Amino acid sequence: MRFQRLIGLFLTGAFLLNYPILSIFSQDLQPSIAPILYLFGVWAGLIGVAALLLEGQNSGGEPPREG
Amino acid sequence: MSYLGLLLTSFSYLALLFGIAYRADLYKARGRSWINNANVYSLSLAVYCTAWTFYGSVGLAAKGGVMFLPIYLGPTLLALLWSGVLRKMIRIAKRYAITSLADFLSVRYGNSTFLGGWVTVIAFVGIIPYISLQIKAIGFGFDLIAQSSGNSADTSSDSTTFFITLALVAFTILFGVRHLDATERHEGMVAAIAFESIVKLLAFVVCGVVVVYGGFGGLGALFKEAVQKPELAQSWSFTSPGVYEDWFFLNLLAMLAILLLPRQFQVAVVENVNEDHVNRASWLFPLYLLVINLFVLPLALAGRLLFPEGNVDADTFVLTLPLLLGNDLLAWFVFIGGFSAATGMIVVETVALSNMLCNSLIMPILIRLPFVNLKEGRGLNSVLLFIRRGSVALVLLASYAYYQLVGSAYSLVSIGLISFLAVAQFAPSIIGGLYWSQGNRNGALMGLGLGFGIWLYTLLFTQAIQAGLFDMSWLTQGPGGLEWLKPTALFGYSGTQPIVQATFWSLTLNLLGYLLGSLLTNPTQLERQQAKLFVDALKLSELNNPFRTWKATATPLQLKRLLERILGPEHTRQALVRYTEMRGKSMPQFLDEELASGDLIQYTEKMLSGSIGSVSARIMVSSVVQEEPIGMEEVMNLLDATQQAIAYGHQLETKSRELEQVTEDLKNANARLQELDGVKDEFISTITHELRTPLTSIRAFSEILHDTPDLPPEKQREFLKIVIKESERLTRLIGQILDFEKLESGKMQWNLEILDVHDIIKDALASIGQLLRDGNISVEARIPEQPLTVEGDRDRLLQVLLNLLSNAAKFCPTQAGRIELSVSAHAEHFEVRVRDNGIGIPEQEREKVFEKFRQLESPQDGKPQGTGLGLSISKTIVEHHGGQIGVAPGSEHGAIFFFTLPIYTEVPTPPFSEEKHDAKDPHR
Repeated sequence: MRFQRLIGLFLTGAFLLNYPILSIFSQDLQPSIAPILYLFGVWAGLIGVAALLLEGQNSGGEPPREG
Repeated sequence: MSYLGLLLTSFSYLALLFGIAYRADLYKARGRSWINNANVYSLSLAVYCTAWTFYGSVGLAAKGGVMFLPIYLGPTLLALLWSGVLRKMIRIAKRYAITSLADFLSVRYGNSTFLGGWVTVIAFVGIIPYISLQIKAIGFGFDLIAQSSGNSADTSSDSTTFFITLALVAFTILFGVRHLDATERHEGMVAAIAFESIVKLLAFVVCGVVVVYGGFGGLGALFKEAVQKPELAQSWSFTSPGVYEDWFFLNLLAMLAILLLPRQFQVAVVENVNEDHVNRASWLFPLYLLVINLFVLPLALAGRLLFPEGNVDADTFVLTLPLLLGNDLLAWFVFIGGFSAATGMIVVETVALSNMLCNSLIMPILIRLPFVNLKEGRGLNSVLLFIRRGSVALVLLASYAYYQLVGSAYSLVSIGLISFLAVAQFAPSIIGGLYWSQGNRNGALMGLGLGFGIWLYTLLFTQAIQAGLFDMSWLTQGPGGLEWLKPTALFGYSGTQPIVQATFWSLTLNLLGYLLGSLLTNPTQLERQQAKLFVDALKLSELNNPFRTWKATATPLQLKRLLERILGPEHTRQALVRYTEMRGKSMPQFLDEELASGDLIQYTEKMLSGSIGSVSARIMVSSVVQEEPIGMEEVMNLLDATQQAIAYGHQLETKSRELEQVTEDLKNANARLQELDGVKDEFISTITHELRTPLTSIRAFSEILHDTPDLPPEKQREFLKIVIKESERLTRLIGQILDFEKLESGKMQWNLEILDVHDIIKDALASIGQLLRDGNISVEARIPEQPLTVEGDRDRLLQVLLNLLSNAAKFCPTQAGRIELSVSAHAEHFEVRVRDNGIGIPEQEREKVFEKFRQLESPQDGKPQGTGLGLSISKTIVEHHGGQIGVAPGSEHGAIFFFTLPIYTEVPTPPFSEEKHDAKDPHR
């Protein structure tokens, strides 16, 4: 179950860090640091959620299973 | 800082690494481990961050803005999947004593020697430029710092880098290939790598903080200044053409690299101590990447702002900025950071590559040579060690040569990406091999061949043309004028940059080749078996993992000799002691056995695999033992058995949970039963007592009448009256008990009819009138005039009312008793209330009085009166009529009992008259 959640997180991350989501920032005519804040924000978010999932209550105890 | 000082620090730093590695090994020898720790494991994975990260990222960011990020975002994403993918790789590698990517692939695809060799060649050709890039970074670090102190004229970084390369050869041999068994972890090396990861992170972050805050007064100020210059601001806003294409392919490449780079395989799989460490690394390693990247863009912007003419190579900003700010100490620290990033990568990559070279390329050829007699002959132990160490030197010197010949022409990043793409070619075969049991050797060879071919043509060949080795027209017009074969725009697709089109074509054709090759050709039996064992690796239990079965045709002594030739006598003795201890045998007894068990042969093969690779190990073992591959059926059975065991386990779990539930229920039921049993015992004793009281008096008075015939007639009459009264009481008691029994067992007959409650009340007051008059109790009845029709059993309802009235009478004070009987009609029901002026019922008792056998205590003597059944019977009767019974609140001064009954309304033209009852009261 936990691995499936992580696959979900992987897909979410791949979606958020790719075209066309990123093209939002090419619309800005005024240069700003918004894209950088966005990228690092998503990055940190992914790490945070992964840490929660992996260091949660049943980390380690669960027998590894595929899929 | 002077050149000499720099040289001294570099070698002191290397000495420090030696020291750490040495201490870690010493610790290990005492049975403790520094690297058996999830955090150290995560740090060792950061060997991913090389001089490329340290210097090249800033260079790339200075030119391409955010384009440096995919190299770290890709691994972050892939790390999320580690707890599935990497765990599986670790499990397999441990089970089959696999120590390199080449070994992994050759075992998976039916112990293919050719495939292993092929993978080794790709890795070697692909990675050498990458190692040379690290040497280059060390070199320019030296040059820059030496130039800044003005003594570059008399010294050259070339000789320095050469000596450092030699020192690294020494370090790698000492801590990477000290002994032959590659499955034995390199404690010292991993500890040193983890330490280096801390050093480079600190150096980079400190540099970022000092430059940004010292030079610009903070991040905000720096960005504000950069935003003023459109050409800078443009770079990070995704506006350049083709930016998403680049972004996607770089992400993909980095994602594959983190799994497939030989050094990553080394630290993540081979050096892994505990599978569970992967969980921590899955987020801690990405966090490391995030932190080390925080200051990349700020440093790049700072460089562009402070060197506006563009005469300084952006790859060197991390060093030149501190120098420009006049902070020599910082520059020195940065140099050490870059040095550690480079050396860490060099050491681990070299260990991994030399292992592949030795086990998957040189050894398989060597043991096939006619003069190497496998069955007899001298020990190969020292020869092997020499080959292993020679491979280390070969890898490092080849890298140094590449650096001298080609390396200086290209930026750090472009060389790194070329290597990434080379190892990415393993992706279809490795990932397919882990999850697709149909994938076979031919598919793998075809995919790798196509992919690597395109890599050679589009990237390496282009470089060679640009270096002037071939005619430039190949690049401009295509080979022989064939435009669609141009190496920079294969099939007319040029992509945004050469690496993008090379990635697209090589990976696509590689994948296609792998799929088609696997689907169109048939695997051998051995391949099919290995495929199953790999794909289902996590499902197989540790106990049953047949690798291969051997016909028991060798003696333990023969196997011992075989091991001695490779491992040497001392290691062989240790290995066999471990084996015999595991099986509880004694050494001499074990060596006397006539035939070695299949188990021992497997163990021997595994021991050899760790030292010389699976391919050679198999050849060695088969020189003394006949092989007998296990049948597909056996593998399938084994899998079925394991899966069945798992399924049974689940069933058992469910069953035991159900059992627990049932036990709990039973316990509760038992407790309730015991409670009821107690109540019943008490009830029986009460009943007996109650029955005996009238009986005793009947008997006593009858005896008096019998024994004294001359009793005056008025006395006789009086006594007979008592006898009659007591008999009536007895009858009543018995009637109640019978009623109760009937109600309880559901045998009660109900005679339903349409009644008027007025009649019932009248009857009740009439029959209880004598009792009330005897007790001097006044009755006040308030009953509305209107007819109160109800459908019910007359006798039973009368019983309820009598019961409530007699209870009230019982509890009234002896002289001034007063009972109020009132009826009130509501929309659908009416309510009958009986109120007395007795002692009342405390709140907590109000529910309980209706329980069976619950007796109210009489006000006079505190003894229970009656059978304790009256109210319980009443409750059952009222509820049977669809009403409610209870004690009204406010009963502290005299009890107020009430019951309700539904008002009978004629059902308009009932279609099915016999279903009338059911329609009215579904509870029946």
